Parts: sequence; structure tokens; C-alpha cells
Amino acid sequence: MSFINYSSREINCKIVYYGPGLCGKTTNLQFVFKKTNPDQKGKLISLATETERTLFFDFLPLALGDIKGFKIRFHLYTVPGQVFYAASRKLILKGVDGVVFVADSQIERMEANIESLDDLKINLAEQGYDLDKLPYTVQYNKRDLPSVAPVENMNKLLNPRNVPYFEAVAVTGPGVFETLKNIAKQVLTELKKHY
Amino acid sequence: MSGSDLVMYEEEFRKIDDELQKLHQQTNAMVVFLVDKNGQLIASAGETRDLDTTSLASLTAGNIAATGGIARLLGEKEFTILFHEGEKDNIHISLIGQRVILVVIFDKRSSLGLVRLRVKKATEALVSIFNDITSKAEHDKTEGKLDESPFAEISDEDIDNLFR
Repeated sequence: MSFINYSSREINCKIVYYGPGLCGKTTNLQFVFKKTNPDQKGKLISLATETERTLFFDFLPLALGDIKGFKIRFHLYTVPGQVFYAASRKLILKGVDGVVFVADSQIERMEANIESLDDLKINLAEQGYDLDKLPYTVQYNKRDLPSVAPVENMNKLLNPRNVPYFEAVAVTGPGVFETLKNIAKQVLTELKKHY
Repeated sequence: MSGSDLVMYEEEFRKIDDELQKLHQQTNAMVVFLVDKNGQLIASAGETRDLDTTSLASLTAGNIAATGGIARLLGEKEFTILFHEGEKDNIHISLIGQRVILVVIFDKRSSLGLVRLRVKKATEALVSIFNDITSKAEHDKTEGKLDESPFAEISDEDIDNLFR
């Protein structure tokens, strides 16, 4: 749910990074945080356990710039990936404008990717959203690791609708901004349709 | 998805701002602010310069969402008031009309009783303003126009420029 404020001339949108545990959702946000100008970003908030696993969510507000005199702000959220945090994941999807699905490219994590994608669809449906109608980008992360599945295979399994997808290495950065830029563009294009 | 987008015009914003300023004065609070349930800050009153209001807004919404989750597990519809007591500062969080969250931060110059009383009064006024906003947005939607829509002539280039 975006928030268009004519008084302060601001447009706020919410993007959620979804995916299985340890796929790199938080790492995506950390990289964006590291590489963004200080005047364009707020604090990166991480509600995590002592072992740095996400407990509730990470949050990063970004001010991208102006379009037609309106400040464009994106609020990036991650969900906790671990299976038993299902209840929290649902809450974070509330009011989402666009979803990035971060998939772990390692062959042994394919099952977890599929499970997480199913979980995403169910949780979205519960909030009245349809993944097929939402701005949606897929990221194949950890491409630098030795045991990765070929992109064609991953597309078949995780991206039958053939939405935009990006190969990434979130720790060092390749693909991170390409993914963000794509989802941001989709969200703004969707808004344009309605207003 | 955009069925529940929140569109705020100058007129309603001013009314909300007036309500918050009034509540701020009447409660003798440090800061009063209004957040939507998805964590977007809508308006604030008081000394916010040293506060990270964006983060506060998002965490407050997360707090309300988690509490709402607990409520449903217990068979309650919602817990409408949260109160956190600190050594010096306290925070009173209340849900307004199922849609927005009113947050009052106060210290010993005020009291929980006063805050609760004034929040209750302000809630009535705010609910009516938000009902107006909703019906106005629906009207504009069916009419298919918003005044000076920022999206009217937005181009791919504009969007690309955001990432330069």
C-alpha cells in the first residue's frame, strides 16, 4: 500500500525481500545501505537474534529522489527466513507494494527455495494479494559459490511466469542494485496505472 | 493492490496536524505522531528533531502488527492500546479506526491518565477525518482523476534518473 502525500509532496512505497533462511535477504539490504549516499538513507534497523539471524524484520528507508516535484521514498523490509517464523513473515507482507524473491542458488537449497515461494504465495493470498498481479522480481543469489544450479533450471522451478530475474552475489554487490532498480521501476509503473 | 493506497491532500493533512498539535499541548507530551499500519509516518507534533521518526514509525507498526497477531491467537480482534513504561520516558500507542496508529511519547511532566483521556478525545476526531480521506480517495478513483497527479507524465527516463 503506497502512501501519497500531497501536503509534504511525498510518495512512499513498501518493498519486501522474501526467501528461504540464509539466502541473503539481509545481506542485500546491508549492501544497499553501504553503497547509498548518507543523505538518501535512514538507519538500517535489524531485529535479529544474537547470532544475527533475522528475528522479526530488517528495515531500510531510502529516499531516491524527485519525480515531478514529489519525493520518492522506498521502505525496504526483509522477512525472517527460518520456517518457524511463519507468523512474523505474514505480518511484514501487510501493505506491500512489491516483492523481491531472493533464491539461494546452491543446488542443495532448491527444496528450501520452492518451499519458501509456496509460503510466499499462501501468505500473500491471506492478505488478499495475488503474486501474479504484484510487482515482482526474482534474484538468484550466491552465484559465486561452487555448487550452484544453472539459471535455466532455477527459472523453470521458481519463475514459470518469467518475471525479471537477476543473478547476484549480495555479499560483494553484483546484481543487488539491478534487482532493487527493477522492482522500484515496476512499483512506480504500477502506481502510474492507477493514478 | 492500490485499493488501499492512502492519498493525503493538503486540507485533510492540515486537520490532522491541528488535532496532533492540540493533543500535544493538552497532554503536555514530548512528541505525538501518527503512523499508518504499514509503518509510514503520516504527521507529527512536538520536538522531533532529535528523533529518528522514520524508524520509530516502522517499529511502532511492527509492534502493533505483532500484538495484533498475538490478539488473534487468543481469539481477540485486536489490542487497541499498548503502553511501555521507561525510567524517564513512556510511550502510549493506540490503534485508531483499524487503520492508523497514534503514538504519544511523554515523561513525568504528563501522566498516563491524562494521556489516555486526551487520546480518547483525539481518536474520535481523527476517525472522522480518516473516514473523509477514504471516501474522497474512493470518489477520485471512480472519477479516475487526482488533482495534478504526479504520475500523469512520468516517463521511464524519470524512473531511471532516480538511480543515477
